[in-house]
Amino acid sequence: MKNRLKVLRAERGWSQADLAERLAVSRQSVNAIETGRYDPSLPLAFAIADIFGLTIEEVFLRG
Amino acid sequence: MSRTADPARKRYTKRLAVLMTLYLVFLFLAVRTYNVDGGGVDGALAWAIAILPALPVIGVFWAILAMIVETTDEYQRLKLVKQTLIAAGFALSVMTVLGFLANFGLIAPVDGFWSLILFFFGVGIGSCVTAFAERRADRAAGDAV
Repeated sequence: MKNRLKVLRAERGWSQADLAERLAVSRQSVNAIETGRYDPSLPLAFAIADIFGLTIEEVFLRG
Repeated sequence: MSRTADPARKRYTKRLAVLMTLYLVFLFLAVRTYNVDGGGVDGALAWAIAILPALPVIGVFWAILAMIVETTDEYQRLKLVKQTLIAAGFALSVMTVLGFLANFGLIAPVDGFWSLILFFFGVGIGSCVTAFAERRADRAAGDAV
């Protein structure tokens, strides 16, 4: 699934490790989600959206 | 496997250490009993002693399952499941080929517990496969840090 994680991280000056720490997951997990290799579960997707103060639809893109 | 210090991974390492220690103790007891007192052991007791070393090994399968269940990072959990399936697939595939080779008389019959050794070898293969895939993705991502 396409997403805007890389852009959203860049806007806040966060590394993948920073985001991973906030989500309490591994950096590899953030990398896998960001590169579209892994689609997060709904609870994790909500957690990601909450951290950026956005809705899931504003972070993850259809198609 | 993950480079993060997941508590589930730490628990697995501790459980593995305990189970392997038990395995060595049970194996020593079983071999010693059969070699030294073999004449005096038979019936149900002989079966129980022979099976004893297998129990901690079965415990290792439980420890792997527990680690998968207890891993909170869902992506890492998926990686563990993949590694375990690769290991099981590898062990079963090799044992199937060896079984047919033995059936047609091309090799000597293979002891069943080789599947166990192949499984743990397969865990290593699974770890390498997932680590390689991850490293390649890291390079593709560019700004992994």
